[in-house]
Amino acid sequence: MKPFSFSTTPLSLDTYRQALADPAAGGYASFEGWVRNHNEGHAVTRLEYEAFEALANKEGERIVTEAIARFGVLKAACVHRVGSLEIGDIAVWVGVSSKHRAEAFAACRYIIDEVKHRVPIWKKEHYINGDSGWVNCERCAVAGHDHEHKHPHAHD
Amino acid sequence: MSAEAPLFGLVLAGGASTRMQRDKAAIEYHGRSQLQCTFDLLTRVCTATFVSVRPDQREEPTRARLPQIVDRQPGIGPIAGITAALQAHPKAAWLVVACDLPFLNEQTLRYLIEHRDARKLATAFKSSHDGLPEPLCAIWEPASREPLLAYLATGKQCPRKFLINAPALLLDLPDARALDNVNTADEHRATLAILGDHRASSPGQSDDAQKNNTAALKADGRSTGAKPHTLRIQYYAILREQAGRSEETLDTTASTPAELYDELRKRHPFQLAPAQLKVALNSEFSDWQTPLRHGDTVVFIPPVAGG
Repeated sequence: MKPFSFSTTPLSLDTYRQALADPAAGGYASFEGWVRNHNEGHAVTRLEYEAFEALANKEGERIVTEAIARFGVLKAACVHRVGSLEIGDIAVWVGVSSKHRAEAFAACRYIIDEVKHRVPIWKKEHYINGDSGWVNCERCAVAGHDHEHKHPHAHD
Repeated sequence: MSAEAPLFGLVLAGGASTRMQRDKAAIEYHGRSQLQCTFDLLTRVCTATFVSVRPDQREEPTRARLPQIVDRQPGIGPIAGITAALQAHPKAAWLVVACDLPFLNEQTLRYLIEHRDARKLATAFKSSHDGLPEPLCAIWEPASREPLLAYLATGKQCPRKFLINAPALLLDLPDARALDNVNTADEHRATLAILGDHRASSPGQSDDAQKNNTAALKADGRSTGAKPHTLRIQYYAILREQAGRSEETLDTTASTPAELYDELRKRHPFQLAPAQLKVALNSEFSDWQTPLRHGDTVVFIPPVAGG
């Protein structure tokens, strides 16, 4: 499978896991990011993910390649959803197979952390009161509707 | 193959071009009019090639020097040109092509011809946008003449709806962009920027066209800093919503992404400061001071939030 890809449909975890199988592997670690029903005190009803795919695919592939080299794992991959997702949907999957468990966990963690910070993917939250907002882009605007709440990031 | 009718070409160039605010047929690419480009393209794959004209367009200079098929029922749109051609040469099949398809190339036409099914009324591509048949890059068989006239007789004029309900072979486009058309001056500029990279290597151009190419390249400001150049800007997420569009093309003198973002903030209600954004040039990370070149695609990347 490709080191990094997007999916507009629900993720096929079994297929991805099988693609990482390797006779030399002693284990497999994976991470699933799920859509949760709250963020920073706001009740979230659904999410939309949008990506700049031409660049995201390149940067995502670089991250996976880095993880394989840095931790010496056998295989690794990451698939991210785009489009509209409901509470409980899987938004992202990372999988790593390796000889031993320690490097599998470490590589898995490295990939998800780097993807969240480096890959051009955006998340729009839809809130129970009908508002919506792009995460990390407009907290002030969202908080403006809700002055009663304590909101540590409201004006950063 | 012997059962197939010979293939004639028809360039449709009768539209009023209200959005372009000038005659679409005369719009230039590669230093030639769209009409001439499309005509030349068809001559490479057809036995004979004609241009479809309304009676009032017969003497118009870009059309006057080409073989013409004159509409018999002007005012009803492209279906008038198609039926006029089928009536003028009833034993020929017609490869009908609109003149406002700057991405259409010989490869795509050859694909259509190779997959032609002469037993159907027509062979057409499916739109890569909505999957519906594209009547203005299609082969219309001689057998389509009578059903088309009967369709017109019921007061209908849409060739696409005709193909939806007719026995036609519909093909997937080998190149999804091949039939993207150009309706506005902005789209024309964007197209020139995209085609700019391929100008020098376009196959089948005459020497004259090559000379015109050279002149066009000199004129497009590639080597001078002060002249406006054309940039394509794509927007994502919060910037897409604030700009009210996912992309635009801009003639600008901005020489770096930093200058460009300053200019865009005057046009759109962007609230994010440059320090909160990253820059991508031609789908690769870049920085705020990289010199911009004619035809570059620029993306300003708002704070990301994957996972």
